[in-house]
Amino acid sequence: MTVTDTENTGSTEPQLSPAGNPMGFGRMLRKEDVRFLRGHGHYVDDVQLPGMLYSAILRSPYAHARIVSIDTSAAEAHPKVRAVITGATLEGLNLAWMPTLSHDVQAVLATDKVRFQGQEVAFVVADDRYAARDALELIDVEYEPLPPVMDATKALDPDAAVIRTDIEGKSDNHIFDWEAGDAAACDEAFAGAEVVVEQDMLYPRVHPAPIETCGTVASMDPITGKLTVWSTNQAPHAHRTLYAIVAGIPEHKIQIISPDIGGGFGNKVGIYPGYVLAVVGSIVTGKPVKWVEDRSENLMATAFARDYHMKGRIAATKDGKILAVQVDVLADHGAFNGTAQPTKFPAGFFHIFTGSYDLQAAHCKVTGVYTNKAPGGVAYACSFRITEAVYLVERMVDVLAYELGVDAGELRMKNLLRPEQFPYTSKTGWEYDSGDYPRALRKAMEIAGYDELRKEQAEKRERGELMGIGISFFTEGVGAGPRKHMDILGLGMADGSELRVHPTGKAQLRVSCQTQGQGHETTFAQIVAHELGIPPEDVEVIHGDTDNTPFGLGTYGSRSTPVSGAAAAVVSRRVRDKARIVAAAALECSPDDLEWTQGRWSVKGDPEQGRTIQEIAMLSHGSLELPEGVEGHLDASVVYNPPNLTYPFGAYICVVDVDADTGKVHVRRFIAVDDCGNRINPMIVEGQIHGGLAEGVGMALMQAIAFDEDGNCLGGSFLDYLLPTALECPSWETGATVTPSPHHPLGAKGVGESATVGSPPAVVNAVIDALKPYGVRHADMPLTPCQVWLAMQGRPARTDLALT
Amino acid sequence: MHRISVTVNGTTREGEVEARTLLVHWLRDSLGLAGTPIGCDTSNCGACTVLMDGRSVKSCSVLAVQADGSEVTTIQGLANGEWHPVQKAFKECHALQCGYCTPGMITAAVDLLGENPDPTEEEIRHGLEGNLCRCTGYHNIVKAVELAAGEMREAAK
Ligand code: FES
Ligand code: FES
Repeated sequence: MTVTDTENTGSTEPQLSPAGNPMGFGRMLRKEDVRFLRGHGHYVDDVQLPGMLYSAILRSPYAHARIVSIDTSAAEAHPKVRAVITGATLEGLNLAWMPTLSHDVQAVLATDKVRFQGQEVAFVVADDRYAARDALELIDVEYEPLPPVMDATKALDPDAAVIRTDIEGKSDNHIFDWEAGDAAACDEAFAGAEVVVEQDMLYPRVHPAPIETCGTVASMDPITGKLTVWSTNQAPHAHRTLYAIVAGIPEHKIQIISPDIGGGFGNKVGIYPGYVLAVVGSIVTGKPVKWVEDRSENLMATAFARDYHMKGRIAATKDGKILAVQVDVLADHGAFNGTAQPTKFPAGFFHIFTGSYDLQAAHCKVTGVYTNKAPGGVAYACSFRITEAVYLVERMVDVLAYELGVDAGELRMKNLLRPEQFPYTSKTGWEYDSGDYPRALRKAMEIAGYDELRKEQAEKRERGELMGIGISFFTEGVGAGPRKHMDILGLGMADGSELRVHPTGKAQLRVSCQTQGQGHETTFAQIVAHELGIPPEDVEVIHGDTDNTPFGLGTYGSRSTPVSGAAAAVVSRRVRDKARIVAAAALECSPDDLEWTQGRWSVKGDPEQGRTIQEIAMLSHGSLELPEGVEGHLDASVVYNPPNLTYPFGAYICVVDVDADTGKVHVRRFIAVDDCGNRINPMIVEGQIHGGLAEGVGMALMQAIAFDEDGNCLGGSFLDYLLPTALECPSWETGATVTPSPHHPLGAKGVGESATVGSPPAVVNAVIDALKPYGVRHADMPLTPCQVWLAMQGRPARTDLALT
Repeated sequence: MHRISVTVNGTTREGEVEARTLLVHWLRDSLGLAGTPIGCDTSNCGACTVLMDGRSVKSCSVLAVQADGSEVTTIQGLANGEWHPVQKAFKECHALQCGYCTPGMITAAVDLLGENPDPTEEEIRHGLEGNLCRCTGYHNIVKAVELAAGEMREAAK
């Protein structure tokens, strides 16, 4: 079911192109589907090059151990093996360590110690996949096990083993302390508050697990010195710069190609040791080398997400006016600090945790620690940790409602920011661009039939049946970001775009962002169609190849539409301006005398006199005399530096039934009202929301990467790390409101991660609401049948550790 | 090494394989049929689903030697490279995003509809339980299978 606000959909019905596509915004079937549906997608593992070799990585069985010796002689003697590389080999090349995205270093191959289970220890290049794996068995590594640090809450204990002995003078596992907001104002608000509620909560470690794992094909041409890398990545240009820095290869000799990407969700932002090793392998053997990880490697060793231990406090008046929120976080960053986020934000954008409410004060303190787990931390559609922030505040509001004995919907309605408060500067310094929050919440409650549901719940409770209704209201901040505040490894987060209109009026748009399923080839063509009146089928979107696209920071943090989408709009407008001058020359009038109607410049007051964009394209390549200073051809380029983030928001309601005997949760309904400003292609927006909602159900009920005390990863396969299937998901009920962004050229906001960010607390709030008769106020995700059952017994478990 | 002969997408293909070679690797690496992807190593994701003698199998869980003498249809051979109603419905309903689960999802759906030409939503969800998708939340996939079922029933009349 889909309900859209008819009074304000943000766009009028566009005309149709000759192929029946909207000449601009609207539902348009995807161009990319033609290849995907018939098995002609081109993913990294599909790349086959002449003479290509295959590779595999030997990984540590221990979470923490000293490497005593590595014997590779038997592997090297294998007839199909071309090279065996160890940490010692890399040390000789000064490549054993590489920089992370958070001012730390990470081992490419372990030299001194292994620091997490699954860490890269040796690399084999062989003639085929099977031989490479066989050879791993022939490598003999002697380890001396060390005590692992698996419980983040004990990482700073004085007797905890020091993980990062490689950092000179390091005597503990502390990484950073960081804070935001006003501590004194917060203390004051809490001291004077009538009601103060505290709650500890864990956002467990999860993994994005796109169905395509990570992989790369590296080909170093020994003659030209040019390195070509096909890789699963969300940020090809940033990768190119990083390869240049890591491997010392001149940047102009590196070409990164991201062909089709089988889902990213943050998993494919960073550079993994396997990528670097494939490059080394190609240099050493003089052949192209393919490395594709298997699922266990993906789950055990690539970027995890979350792992935030949070202590929240909320202050309010007796009648439910929320005054302040305060939170202390212990952030488990694993063995290397490899979180991927703008440099100045070691906790990402977590400090947007004041959420959608009008508060007097707020403060957070975040302490990052090392543990013997895989590195990563910011991945999985989290908008740089807004996922954790939204979970914290939306759980705290429910905990407050529980203590006050009031309806969670009413409590929210009472405290939401009001439309007239926008633009709104939050207590932690964010400037929310636009919003009408009560309207979105009202709409979600309407679709849900909220009052009816509460009635049904009351009746069920009478009969001892467990039904729960959970609400979450989220504010996101996406589209990083303004260059003066945001960079990754010193690279400012602005995106380039180039548009060429060919003589016959067909166009090519080049963008720096990287689709992983978002449908950029369709939506970006629609942007050009909207701005220039060129049919979307006549616009080819070129992306994913650093030799053929302008520089930009890539696709993550829902930044494609806010940044690259804005760039596409602005570059189209530049072409339109140029077209105006050409049209004026052709019509022998002043450009000022012309007006733009879709796809055409014509003389004001005499609309018959005009030229279409296609005619202008031919004219600008032809012999028409152009005014002084106008060079001809019809193209433009731009670098778009966003003035602010965009702030999409939404109201979600989840309805669950819980089996009191087994603790099994059934998600009966899920209502999602999203406001992401103007929607370029509503079909694609909805699809992304559906996907995020499923992720939310997964995180709330099924997915977690826990460890036992010996350091074994308990989520290393799809048998152990459970993902939602079609059975766990309901038919999603979506709705929309439209509050355009005032600073985005199209009035659009990012949306790709909204549902992943907003949905987990709705599901958890629903389950906890169902368990109210048992006096349950909180239990940590994932709310598996076991965890629900334990919560009903009054003893919910810590979900980051093995059950004992 | 073992000699096998398999009818793949209507053409007889012969090859020498090791006993341990997985069908999916033979299809991808030896025959160059890269349309069938791999998503896991525990038979959970279903990305590798193909039809073997008309029934869907996870080709990562079948040895190439087991396929000897059988007929295998991959996404690239469905409807002889034309548009199968399920493929059309997936496009129409926006039932794919990154496209990685799609070949397996479509193949599984074709098998499901062969078994049950008029499935309920619940039956579709059960039927596709062995195929994971991380992008779509399954909603539009279910809709696409419903749409295709209708079209195929119509065409069969
Ligand atoms: S690859 Fe996952 S089931 Fe075959
Ligand atoms: S479309 Fe991406 S996994 Fe299904």
